[in-house]
Amino acid sequence: MARLTRPRRALSTNPLKSSAPLGAAMAYLGIEGAVPLFHGAQGCTAFAMVHMVRHFREAIPLQTTAMNEVSTILGGAEQIEEAIANLKKKADPRFIGIASTALTETSGEDIRGEVADIMARRSDFANLRVVYAATPDFEGAMEDGWAKAVRAIIDTLVPEIDPMWRDPDLRQVNLLPAAYLTPAEIEEIVRMIRAFGLKPIVLPDLSASLDGHLAEDWSGKSLGGTRLDDIPAMARSAVTFAIGESMRGAATLLAERGHMPVQVFPSLTGLKAVDAFVAALMRVAGTTDAPPAIRRDRARAQDAMLDAHFQTGGLKYAIAADPDLAYALSSALAAMGAEAVAVVTTSAANPIVELIPCETAVLGDLGDLEEGARDGGARLLISHAHGRHAAAALGLPLIRAGFPINDRLGAQDACRVGYRGTRAFLFEVANAVLAHPHNAQPQDFGAAPMEPEFEHDRSQTAPH
Amino acid sequence: MSDALKSTVQDAFQEPACATNRAKSAADRKKGCAKPLTPGAAAGGCAFDGAMITLQPIVDVAHLVHAPLACSGNSWDNRGSASSGPMLYKTGFTTDLTELDIVMGHGEKKLYRAIREIVEKHAPPAIFVYATCVTSMTGDDIVAVCKAATEAFGTPAIPVDVPGFAGSKNLGCKLGGEMMFRHVIGTQEPERTTDTDINIMGDYNLSGELWQIKPLLDRLGIRILGSLSADARYRQVAQMHRARVTMLVCSHALLGLARKMEEKYGIPFFEGSFYGISDTSEALRTMCRMLVERGAAPDLLDRCEALIAEEEAGVRAALEPLKPRVAGRRVLLYTGGHKSWSVVSALQELGMEVVGTSVRKATETDKARVVEIMGTDTHMFDNMAPKEMYATLRASGADVLMSGARSQFVALKARVPWIDVNQEKHEPYAGYMGMIDLVRAIDRSVNNPMWQDVRRPAPWDEARAFAGSRPRVKDRCPVSGISNDPSDHEDC
Repeated sequence: MARLTRPRRALSTNPLKSSAPLGAAMAYLGIEGAVPLFHGAQGCTAFAMVHMVRHFREAIPLQTTAMNEVSTILGGAEQIEEAIANLKKKADPRFIGIASTALTETSGEDIRGEVADIMARRSDFANLRVVYAATPDFEGAMEDGWAKAVRAIIDTLVPEIDPMWRDPDLRQVNLLPAAYLTPAEIEEIVRMIRAFGLKPIVLPDLSASLDGHLAEDWSGKSLGGTRLDDIPAMARSAVTFAIGESMRGAATLLAERGHMPVQVFPSLTGLKAVDAFVAALMRVAGTTDAPPAIRRDRARAQDAMLDAHFQTGGLKYAIAADPDLAYALSSALAAMGAEAVAVVTTSAANPIVELIPCETAVLGDLGDLEEGARDGGARLLISHAHGRHAAAALGLPLIRAGFPINDRLGAQDACRVGYRGTRAFLFEVANAVLAHPHNAQPQDFGAAPMEPEFEHDRSQTAPH
Repeated sequence: MSDALKSTVQDAFQEPACATNRAKSAADRKKGCAKPLTPGAAAGGCAFDGAMITLQPIVDVAHLVHAPLACSGNSWDNRGSASSGPMLYKTGFTTDLTELDIVMGHGEKKLYRAIREIVEKHAPPAIFVYATCVTSMTGDDIVAVCKAATEAFGTPAIPVDVPGFAGSKNLGCKLGGEMMFRHVIGTQEPERTTDTDINIMGDYNLSGELWQIKPLLDRLGIRILGSLSADARYRQVAQMHRARVTMLVCSHALLGLARKMEEKYGIPFFEGSFYGISDTSEALRTMCRMLVERGAAPDLLDRCEALIAEEEAGVRAALEPLKPRVAGRRVLLYTGGHKSWSVVSALQELGMEVVGTSVRKATETDKARVVEIMGTDTHMFDNMAPKEMYATLRASGADVLMSGARSQFVALKARVPWIDVNQEKHEPYAGYMGMIDLVRAIDRSVNNPMWQDVRRPAPWDEARAFAGSRPRVKDRCPVSGISNDPSDHEDC
């Protein structure tokens, strides 16, 4: 179990983290008809937008309050109000999610108060939902920003219900996915929940907005996502499931509003983790059996474990990711006999780091990943796309997981959760190993190489 | 903003070499070139972004961003400038300030230590230290830290004091150049000089565009002594003051730097472009003429003309078979500035029809050229909202959109081919050979059979004859064995 260490140095080389406001913006994009709004300078927004555009290969309607030197000093309430008015005119969103940045948090504005004031004053904003989350860049990573945004949405839009009117038999469940879950993964989890005859409300639901589909018209806001009417209805659900430890805070708040039980699943990758989720679904559905499709998926996951364990057993690998993702993948691999020789992560806010199966986890960057992988003799790297430099330097295969994946297509289709995703992930790891075979040479065993004089044609001898 | 930075910005707004700037009143000039940004409707990069665009292509320098994470974390490893050697510029260095650093005022100390760590680990020829919004607000004096670090470690640490909120991306490009003028240019002497040494400014070697031009210069015996900053080494910036002529490539942002170089070191400059056949020839001609004026052997002019004749004949021959594949296609051009007309003439030469060209960031001279080339100003427009552009393209108002990445998805989602012609593009289109590559790219895109398929109506949208209703299968299907009871497997 991992002890979190912070390298004593001033320099970060090849950042691993993406910023918290970016995570918040992504969460807001999982709401139908949404436009996320950064409260900061326009550069902060441009960087984050380009980052997401390249990952999803979609137009991203991220906007900015365009703070300048003067408004930074005098306070940006007017900028926020003007931005909302302009967005309403231009894109007519139904939901605006505001994320603050390092700039506005350093100057210390009371943005929450300002937003409440604006919304109370402007009657023309009445049918618009505006949510604000404090997400300074200097605190936490993408998953923290995402979790804060989800918490802010719940705080603002989910009313507390009277426990008397609670219906524990309602076959409706809440699902709060962590930042690392792709649209395809959310879809897979939803499929599992539906298989038990339950109706999930997903918050936020990227599987309907950033799944990559061709729309019939240009909208200038998110192309789908959690329906706004569904969000207050979450208070009536039978239970709240959160995927990822980072979502515990948001899940707890939701449970308080709806007086319902809450269950946090730190991971849905690996047989044991998925079994726990299925057991929970069976409990809520009031059944002691699982539908045939789920049974079949499990049997196929088991078969994949048998096939892949030859490659994963004893496999040394290094992983760099946000805490939830690092835990999900490394715990699944540990159960398959693989050994994490280096774990690099981004946020100290998430207690799941302590459960990562490795001696130490470094709160660091991709430079740490490269060093750790080299020192530990890793044969595989797992990180987002920027890990390609470390992979090239070390001559190792790289499994791209996390954000951003800007040098490959179809990042939104990767699915590593559920029985089916687990099977796919094990094959992915095994195939990465198989694609980099090591041909044994006498030198590997300490023997002298073949004498050149015996070779028929020396130029044809493959260089080692 | 500190007073020093304020006066730097004010200086940047005074540009006697810029026609637009000269035409302004003194009061207007003071406001600068950037239009005030509209909250909720702004989309550009910041001044820090601009400074990075100008300076990051210097390949052997360590670029250190003094900021909380987002400035570097959300942007490093993001640009396509190519290097023929060192790769240090691709490494993202940042001080990654935490809340504690900011509250306790540890910024300057952390920066100093970060510089030391880079020197010890990478031994670069120089370290560029970028200020950002937060570190400017907390008052970190990066100039003083850089001075102390330079003295202590013996490696030049160059302050790039261009925080994001200083202004637009364009202003940042400008100030990036100014920082080089103040701290780097003229600090080293070249081992040797020739009378055909030039500076190239404003080219960033995206996808290797410089190397599409370099063979031409090589054949003429022209040496790129100084570069800002295509495939540049630190030395090439430090020694720029010894070149004979400066070429400014499609860049208003670095005009001020070119003018200052002329005033201080007597290096004349000209503005040119390597986009399109006639532009490339024109640039080579001007370059050679100016070199000869400054004392290069006069036969350079004849060799230049011979090279141009040969290259132009070659490229026209290569384009001939491609012409029928693109002729008659209607192009919507959304770039701006100089390219609003230079690309138009190139496309017209191929028989393509330009249905509209954006004149954002274009000067009056640029606009006059558009009218001259297109015969009328009806096809000129300023900005176009994405929604409007989508509607135009969807209604087949054009066969292809040529623009920057920002409008990529407007075209694609409207099911219309799109060609990247801005700085983020992944294919080089410079010089004579670049023109052929551009036309090939257009051909490859507009003639892809995919467009026909992707625009096909869905089966349920097509009119089709009613095939009659089939009886419902009862119980189980005799072939597949699957039950026809929808409630049975609906949820799986």
